[in-house]
Amino acid sequence: MSTPTTAAVPTKWWSGGRSPFNVEYGKLMMWYFLMSDAFTFGAFLIAYGTIRFSSTSWPNPNEVFQSYPGMSEGTSAPLVFVSIMTFILIISSVTMVLAVRAGQEMKKNKVVLNLILTIIGGLAFLSCQAWEWTHLHHEGAWWGSNPFLNEDGTQSSTNFTNFFFTITGFHGFHVFSGVIINIIMLIMTLNNVFEKRGHYLMIEKAGLYWHFVDLVWVFVFTCFYLI
Amino acid sequence: MSNEAVLHTPSSYAVHDDHAHDHHHHETFITKYVFSQDHKMISKQFLITGMIWALIGGLLSVLFRLQLGYPDSKFPWLQDLLGKFWVEDGRITAQAYYALVTTHGTVLIFFVLTAGLSGTFANFLIPLQIGARDMASPFMNMLSYWFFFAASCVMFSSLFVETGPFSGGWTAYPPLSALGQASPGSKTGMDLWLISMALFVVSTLLGGLNYVATVLNMRTKGMSMTRLPLTIWALFFTAILGILTFPVLFSGFILLIFDRNFGTSFYLSDLYVNGTVLPNEGGSAILYQHLFWFLAHPEVYIVMLPAMGMVSEILSINSRKPIFGYIAMVGSLFAITCLALIVWAHHMFVTGLNPFLGSIFVLFTLLIAVPSAIKVFNWLTTLWRGNIRFTPGMMFAIGFVSLFISGGLTGIWLGNSALDIHLHDTYFNIAHFHLVMGVASFFGMFAGVYHWYPKMYGRQLNNTLAYIHFWVTMIGAYLIFWPMHYEGLAGMPRRYYDYSIWESFKQFAELNRFISTVVIIVFATQFLFLFNFFYSIFKGRKVTNTNPWGANTLEWTTPINPGHGNWPGEIPEVHRWAYDYGKDDREFIPQTEPVGANESHH
Repeated sequence: MSTPTTAAVPTKWWSGGRSPFNVEYGKLMMWYFLMSDAFTFGAFLIAYGTIRFSSTSWPNPNEVFQSYPGMSEGTSAPLVFVSIMTFILIISSVTMVLAVRAGQEMKKNKVVLNLILTIIGGLAFLSCQAWEWTHLHHEGAWWGSNPFLNEDGTQSSTNFTNFFFTITGFHGFHVFSGVIINIIMLIMTLNNVFEKRGHYLMIEKAGLYWHFVDLVWVFVFTCFYLI
Repeated sequence: MSNEAVLHTPSSYAVHDDHAHDHHHHETFITKYVFSQDHKMISKQFLITGMIWALIGGLLSVLFRLQLGYPDSKFPWLQDLLGKFWVEDGRITAQAYYALVTTHGTVLIFFVLTAGLSGTFANFLIPLQIGARDMASPFMNMLSYWFFFAASCVMFSSLFVETGPFSGGWTAYPPLSALGQASPGSKTGMDLWLISMALFVVSTLLGGLNYVATVLNMRTKGMSMTRLPLTIWALFFTAILGILTFPVLFSGFILLIFDRNFGTSFYLSDLYVNGTVLPNEGGSAILYQHLFWFLAHPEVYIVMLPAMGMVSEILSINSRKPIFGYIAMVGSLFAITCLALIVWAHHMFVTGLNPFLGSIFVLFTLLIAVPSAIKVFNWLTTLWRGNIRFTPGMMFAIGFVSLFISGGLTGIWLGNSALDIHLHDTYFNIAHFHLVMGVASFFGMFAGVYHWYPKMYGRQLNNTLAYIHFWVTMIGAYLIFWPMHYEGLAGMPRRYYDYSIWESFKQFAELNRFISTVVIIVFATQFLFLFNFFYSIFKGRKVTNTNPWGANTLEWTTPINPGHGNWPGEIPEVHRWAYDYGKDDREFIPQTEPVGANESHH
């Protein structure tokens, strides 16, 4: 808008006086923070892999994760509940995209609607996780105690549950912070903070964080439930 | 498009300039000196906190050197001073000795050479040298300092708990660090150590994000990346390394906290402690070492790179010559940054690592010699036939190069997994890393302080005290660490409490006493620097020239005592690189001067 250049002169992005990526510093910081956080989760998952592959056998996730709320005795539904959780989280990413898009179009009401949907999705995911943790806890699983046998019938070390609760807990904490951030965004939107600023960039940054947390879940889901 | 809206709105500082006089009335003592958001004040906070930690860390080393140098002597007065935990029967206790070496290492590496060095100079130099009013987010910058301050408080408090501070070495290897029953130092002291380090990770992350965003986004007009002074390049890569590696340490620490407090066995398996069988099973202590060294190896470059950057700058300015091989310098910084991430297991050659894996890490480790050598030769060729001004900053910069060469050469020995079997955890290793990253980085820091002191406080330091400080520290560093190579080659292991009871190491009694004596002298000499620093803040010679060193970079275009916002008017525009010294018969050409029509190309 303040670059009165003729069409023929290419913009010198790197020569100073402007952002080389055409983003403000907050978004740049968010990207670098996400890179950093990716390393945190990467370290966790690699630690998990290291221990798992140095063990002779490991519990079968299809047998461990086979319950859902209101299930009758004697039935099993391997991975159905966690698939629903995953679906909810991915849908919440979609609504987040819609919120960001609505922000770019400066449509306040649409932003509000989609933020509310995203928050509901996040809370639903957290509730599912709370239910699953409680259920596992009732079965005797917790940090330092593992009731599940290895796939080959031998006694399993406690590291199956140790890693499960630590890493899904750490991810759940990220989802929780994401929900808090989204609630703050919602309040700010309702108070017309972004309307007055003339842009909804904060929503975009919150969106980056939310998508990242969803993406991490895909890896956590794969590593704990599928493999 | 929405980004455009933000990028081109005038910054709040532009408003600040117009109302500069109104603004100062609102500044209270608290907002100016305590919860300041001015990058210059925050950098001074980092520096002074770092100096206090350096004093504590140095004092700890004097104490354990007393034990090593004079194992038969008694120091009843120390007992009166420090109490029974530390000194019993006139001798430093074994428990205290381990606590001393552990805290010495932790404090100097993290609090002094990371926070004190890059916290100080990244905060001070990045906005001033790239032409910005402040950091991208001054508020996060302030938080970064206060998280560091909180980490400092927790670490300091651990010195006073009943069971003593953590005593399992700065690497905090489990199972010793994970099991409270294993040693007194692994109890409350270790909890405090972990809390302190977690706070410290938050501090470096907040700082690092700010440094990167500022360097990328806030360069003034004309300041392309290839016109950046090498200090900025170095601080930029340092910040990226920190952003990528500290989180891995953080993960490792979280797992350690669970092992300590919540009955998990991430790092624990098959253990007996005091005759009791522990139930923990299935964990791996080596896993911790991988997570730890993934940070802790790049950490030595986090410590080194800022020193390298500042030394490059100071050598060029005071040789009155352009830096030799600017692009090669940037390239080698980049190469070191990349290689730093893939050599961590060379700390683990003797842990039972697969020898094949070891050989790969040998290769990468030895590759670091290439960019390191590029840097050394470029520094030497910058000095070559220069019109050298031996200012105190320049002395320390040259000292840095000397120490980096001496310490770096032994790195080639240690990087070989076969030689490492003999040298691992000996005094040879201690000598190597103290010279190459400990003392060398300290010299970089001293060089930086001496060089930028006029910009920081608008006054000059006393040169005589500075030269005494330099020569005693320089000679002392070699006298302390050179003999340790011989001890290490003879197989003398590190971290032992008393060598006089070992037949093989008795022969070094005299040498150890000599080293300890030099340590005390060098430590005492640092008080000259401290006196000089604090005295000169108030009473030093006032700087009368905005550019006392005749330097090209932007910080010397600000007023002698720049206010918040750095430049009173417009931010200057940059037209050339930072190293036009001795060009076209001119001693120096500042970056702000447009390129003349008849100017020669470099």
